[in-house]
Amino acid sequence: MTHRIGQTLSSLALGLALATTVLAPAAWAAGASDTDQERAARWQEIAKSIFGDRQIAQTDSLVKIDAPVRALDAALVPITLTMPNDGQIKAVSLIIDDNPAPYAARFEFGPAADPAELKLRVRVNNYTDMHAVVETQDGKLYEAKQFVKASGGCSAPMGMSDEEAMKGMGDMRMKFAETGAGKPVEATLMVRHPNFSGMQMNQVTRDYTPARYIDKLTVSAGDQKVFTLTGDISISSNPVINFAFKPDGKPIQVAASDNQGGHWQHSFTPPSPTN
Amino acid sequence: MTAPAVHPRAFPGIRTLSRRGALFGGLCLCCLPTLGRAAESFTMEEVGPGIFVRKGLIADATPENADAIANIGFIVGQKGVLVTESGGSLADGQWLRAEIVKRTTKPITHVVLTHVHPDHVFGAGAFVQDKPVFIGHAKLTEALSARGEFYRKRLIDLLGEDRTGPVVYPTLSVADTAEVDLGDRRLTFTAHGPAHTTSDLSMIDSGSGLLFPADLLFVTRIPSLDGSLKGWLKEAERLKAMGPSRAVPGHGPVSVDLAPALADLTGYLTALRDGTRAAIAKDVSIEKAVDIVARDQRDKWALFDTYNGRNVTVAYQELEWE
Repeated sequence: MTHRIGQTLSSLALGLALATTVLAPAAWAAGASDTDQERAARWQEIAKSIFGDRQIAQTDSLVKIDAPVRALDAALVPITLTMPNDGQIKAVSLIIDDNPAPYAARFEFGPAADPAELKLRVRVNNYTDMHAVVETQDGKLYEAKQFVKASGGCSAPMGMSDEEAMKGMGDMRMKFAETGAGKPVEATLMVRHPNFSGMQMNQVTRDYTPARYIDKLTVSAGDQKVFTLTGDISISSNPVINFAFKPDGKPIQVAASDNQGGHWQHSFTPPSPTN
Repeated sequence: MTAPAVHPRAFPGIRTLSRRGALFGGLCLCCLPTLGRAAESFTMEEVGPGIFVRKGLIADATPENADAIANIGFIVGQKGVLVTESGGSLADGQWLRAEIVKRTTKPITHVVLTHVHPDHVFGAGAFVQDKPVFIGHAKLTEALSARGEFYRKRLIDLLGEDRTGPVVYPTLSVADTAEVDLGDRRLTFTAHGPAHTTSDLSMIDSGSGLLFPADLLFVTRIPSLDGSLKGWLKEAERLKAMGPSRAVPGHGPVSVDLAPALADLTGYLTALRDGTRAAIAKDVSIEKAVDIVARDQRDKWALFDTYNGRNVTVAYQELEWE
């Protein structure tokens, strides 16, 4: 199991083109009883492995994380990232400090994005701090934090066989909320994919199902990028992402790939703006 | 029941071991097979001729209660004893075995593993010495392979290894139906489609006509969803169509009239289904849906606040792809 976690960590590091420092086991073996100082020290270590020596300032306004304080389902913890300053945000990263692979997701926004609100669902393996780090257009970093109580989300077995979990893999749906003319459109993207964490037991072989997760997902409105998501094993199975974009009447394109070479593309037609 | 912390998606009741709890659990090791303070009031009730059931606590697993939260019991037949539910831990199973031995010298020939949840299978370890046939749903082996160790570790954190016991696998798999003949009575088993879990097995006793739906029927305690909401509603209809008038639910009173109990169950499941569908249709996000769906059922069920939100989370994932 430790072996698998090691693999997962390095694949994360490669996938996100980070410094390939593999965190010491102590970094995720921590439990519910950690002190604030221990948590802060761990965050320092993780932040350094992801952002190097760049300064990260605290923020109350540029990004806010909303997550349930106590998760109802550790394998599906709904997260909302609020970034009210339109035009200032270049990218946002979500880090779940005590997960085996802490770097859960990174969204890089394009010109068609409206990053005011972003929702996704994640796995949480332990009582943990969760950090959102935004990068502004001027290249500065700002962080916000929330503590979440959950456990076992990454190793939680799915209630079905691997084959069933993989049924329809790559299918997608998109729902659009009604909106006024000239306003950003809110959309919900649903992707069928088990996002195997590599820590779940196969029900038949009783061995661990290898990690298989969406590692790259790009959403575009016509030729303009909305966002590119770099993902990892912390994203829940059958990923659902809520986001907003600036419509220009062209179809929304979604291209997704996973770490085992799977690749899927879909196109969706947003409702025409009503006057 | 089901479970969030222990069951990946279920077992919300598993709490961090408190110092007092650890101490109490430690003390309890010397007095097995009794369950500790909570068990002192436990008694077996005879719900039919030769059928004894212990009412589980309407609570989540704690070090003090040894996960004795399900309705467990046994049927004494001419040829031997069939254990209808084994208990939530080795300690709970040992308590049950002692109750059997007090009442009969007949061999324990069968132990039913009604589904994958820990409060229904960890008592089985107490009966391994009797070399019974362990009866389970055809999907139970794979479900236990996936989750058994996960549950066991969580239970060990709570009760300690000695009181938790091993993961015991079925030796007789039921894919559709099966029958066990105890001489003077026959037990008919039915393997159900995904409902409460993906491994639900029910049983009817020919001697009494009683139905043993296990956790396909919750009474008093809020149902917990870990299989398929639509499937559960379907299987509830199937139980009704089987025709028995009385049943021994997995949680709640030791026996009930089936029709009204099923009506309450499907009332909750229907509220959960319709409320979740409405939330999805209105683009209400999952984190908001957990606070609003099926609220009108709150006064009808114990542990509603612990489980309803999780049920909505599970239902939402099933229904958002409709």
